[in-house]
Amino acid sequence: MIINLRVWRQPNAQTPGKMVAYRVEGVSEDMSFLEMLDLLNEDLTVRGEEPVAFDSDCREGICGMCGVVINGSAHGRASSHGDVPTTTCQLHMRSFADGATIDVEPWRAGSFPVIKDLVVDRSAFDRIISAGGFISINAGSAPEAHSVPVPKLQADRAFDAATCIGCGACVAACPNGSAMLFTSAKITHLAMLPQGQPERYLRVKNMVAQHDAEGFGGCTNIGECADVCPKQIPLDAISQLNRDLLKSLFKGEGKTA
Amino acid sequence: MTETRTLKANDADFWTVGSNIEDTKAPKGVPIERKWSEHKAHVRLVNPANRRKLTIIVVGTGLAGGAAAATLGEAGYNVLNFCYQDSPRRAHSIAAQGGINAAKNYKNDNDSTFRLFYDTVKGGDYRARETNVYRLAEVSANIIDQCVAQGVPFAREYGGLLDNRSFGGVQVQRTFYARGQTGQQLLIGAYQSLERQVAAGTVQMHTRHEMLELIVKDGRARGIVTRDMVTGAIEAWTGDAVVIATGGYGNVFFLSTNAMGCNNTAAWRCHRKGAYFANPCYTQIHPTCIPVHGSSQSKLTLMSESLRNDGRIWVPKRAEDCEKDPRQIPEEDRDYYLERIYPAFGNLVPRDIASRQAKNVCDEGRGVGPKVEEVDHHTGQTVRRARGVYLDFADAINRLGKKAVEAKYGNLFDMYAQITGENPYETPMRIYPAVHYTMGGIWVDYDLMTTIPGLYAAGEANFSDHGANRLGASALMQGLADGYWVLPNTINDYLADAPFGKLADDDPAVVEALASVRDRIDRLLSIDGTRTVDDFHRALGVIMWEYCGMERTEEGLKFAIGEIRKLRDEFWRNVKVTGVNEDFNQTLERAGRVADFLELGELMCVDALHRRESCGGHFRAESQTEDGEALRHDDEFLYVGAWEFGGTGGKPILHKEPLVYEAIELKQRSYK
Repeated sequence: MIINLRVWRQPNAQTPGKMVAYRVEGVSEDMSFLEMLDLLNEDLTVRGEEPVAFDSDCREGICGMCGVVINGSAHGRASSHGDVPTTTCQLHMRSFADGATIDVEPWRAGSFPVIKDLVVDRSAFDRIISAGGFISINAGSAPEAHSVPVPKLQADRAFDAATCIGCGACVAACPNGSAMLFTSAKITHLAMLPQGQPERYLRVKNMVAQHDAEGFGGCTNIGECADVCPKQIPLDAISQLNRDLLKSLFKGEGKTA
Repeated sequence: MTETRTLKANDADFWTVGSNIEDTKAPKGVPIERKWSEHKAHVRLVNPANRRKLTIIVVGTGLAGGAAAATLGEAGYNVLNFCYQDSPRRAHSIAAQGGINAAKNYKNDNDSTFRLFYDTVKGGDYRARETNVYRLAEVSANIIDQCVAQGVPFAREYGGLLDNRSFGGVQVQRTFYARGQTGQQLLIGAYQSLERQVAAGTVQMHTRHEMLELIVKDGRARGIVTRDMVTGAIEAWTGDAVVIATGGYGNVFFLSTNAMGCNNTAAWRCHRKGAYFANPCYTQIHPTCIPVHGSSQSKLTLMSESLRNDGRIWVPKRAEDCEKDPRQIPEEDRDYYLERIYPAFGNLVPRDIASRQAKNVCDEGRGVGPKVEEVDHHTGQTVRRARGVYLDFADAINRLGKKAVEAKYGNLFDMYAQITGENPYETPMRIYPAVHYTMGGIWVDYDLMTTIPGLYAAGEANFSDHGANRLGASALMQGLADGYWVLPNTINDYLADAPFGKLADDDPAVVEALASVRDRIDRLLSIDGTRTVDDFHRALGVIMWEYCGMERTEEGLKFAIGEIRKLRDEFWRNVKVTGVNEDFNQTLERAGRVADFLELGELMCVDALHRRESCGGHFRAESQTEDGEALRHDDEFLYVGAWEFGGTGGKPILHKEPLVYEAIELKQRSYK
């Protein structure tokens, strides 16, 4: 296959970027999208040009490190187009026609500044978790695992939310640049479990406050996030967050931060 | 025999033998089940008020590193934690699918600490240190309690209690799991604890920082040098102890199930500074991975070996049938080779056996799927061979119905379909073994301290618990055991003597470490050759896979060592690294890692050469039974091979740690 790429090239956050066209030959349909970019980079290196910077690590769709906007769609596949959303590393070239022109851009969001080319800084996500996305338990002080049964349905709902890989596609897809799907996935995961109850309402306040402080936009229920989420975190996680946030206002617990 | 002796005469060309070593920390004269509590009762402690004055550097944020950093932070130490990824949550522990073992005996099936200990030592083919393994089994139950309290959503039954399954051929159900994403959930648990400590100010997190050197002062590990992967800044970080939790070295093979960034540089830099590297030849090759599709493949994907519970593995009996549609090949022309050779265990033989037999049938020219280029072991010529065998669910679908198969394996089938574009419900899957885990690693004692005082190694980065082969669902257990329970209870003993005095910025040890990192980077950037880093890495991988993979021979290993030396020589003359240091430069990152793999690869071959026996993941063709099974030589090789760095261009020095089994009787494995 031959693929015509238009790739966002930007040396660093301070310098403006632009789309640059490349022709990639010898692409096989069994290659993943990132292997196709590897091929381009090998070629650029041999020619003495700077390869395209992009993030990836596990290439199994679980670490959340990779992610680019492909033809306007975060990770390249959306439910609304009849596809099963996936991570960029699990997208294969057989999904494209020979000779296709493909636009490749980084996640675009004010809170994800570009580091270089297709690489962005998603450290805001770590700070949101740090603001309360945990259960306060020190190693050594845990009770016996079976001392607290968890109803299976609740455990399953917690699990569905916990599958979030923190890739940031939800932010990239959202017209408001909101990280509500990411934040609500953690809220829902921990709110469903008995172990998460003591800090439940403090957690939601603190995480939402951090979300806003990072400059992410507000949620207006558009649903673009869930449309591209590779782990199919449902929009109702955001409803859960909103319910918990509302309740927290009557709980009388202030922010710790 | 004469030929073997002639070859043996050359041993001194490859290595020298130093004095024996031993672990001096595990209490002696105490029954194995009391050693850990006895040890904890007698190690020295650090007063909580003094802990905040001490700095511990933790490299890596996976299950071992993340758990250790969080727990040491909780204890009140000042922790500096580093990872090369953009977030600690991305460490490759996240990709583990199957589960985590723990001796809870929730299934009332006679499980116990002793049984888990026994299974682990046996699974490791009697090449692990008994005392460390017993402790691992002992703390395993605490891990589950801790993770549940953190909110890890393990699978549960309708009664609300935890579910278990059996795994890896053992006879009890002791594996806790979270769908096919156990590693992810455990890592997120550790990550959340870690972020809590970041908020508390005890842990300072440095992402996109790669450790490139160890700082040793007066014989003690005192710090590290990192490169900021965004700005290229080379910085020294100093403290009172250093923990290496940087995972395994499977990527020396280029193609493996490891993440793209997994590397051995941190561990190798420690090795060069004096840490012994133990059993580097012990690598685990997992039988059920998706086969290589072509020369531009970047990594391999594992599928849970639970597939072997219902799938039947076969290849055509005749090579000329290999390109036919498998569904058109009649039963009598199929060779269900595992069922034929091992009627008792069939498709459920251990990982190393299933892998080696797949290689054998493909070597015979009976592999299926696309042909890939490779170097013929015997002739050294480049040939094209199909590397795949069928894993067929047609019988299972007939017996259980498609729905039942879908319920059990649906997510795996989907993953396979997504990657290969083939529908495994209709046509048999193709699988082939791939490098998955490395049992070898930095040598540590019972306290997880390396041969450099103040330097610790945890998780896959150390060698300690899996011997020559790791059982399924044990990697997660070991990482978390080391991070939550072992290190936080052993490191105090060393730190009781701290602080060791602040290292000044212009201390010769710091200056030397910084200069060596800068020199190396300058050298890599100045070569400006014609061959890419990936090309060298791929070439190294081909050598390692062919000669130090599933089957090793005296002749092949010696040939491989020569080839690696040539390749390394060419690398330092002809590699092309674009860009500059003061930038986000992924080519430069990879170049440094490959440079170290080129040294490690040679040591792996030397270790494999010296170990003239077959054990666990290390199969020496010269050491097999009459019917082709692995043959151990306990009389000669009942020891850990710990290698001391012999200087650049020098010969590595072998130190043997004799293995003593007091609680377990040695047996030869048999699966027939």
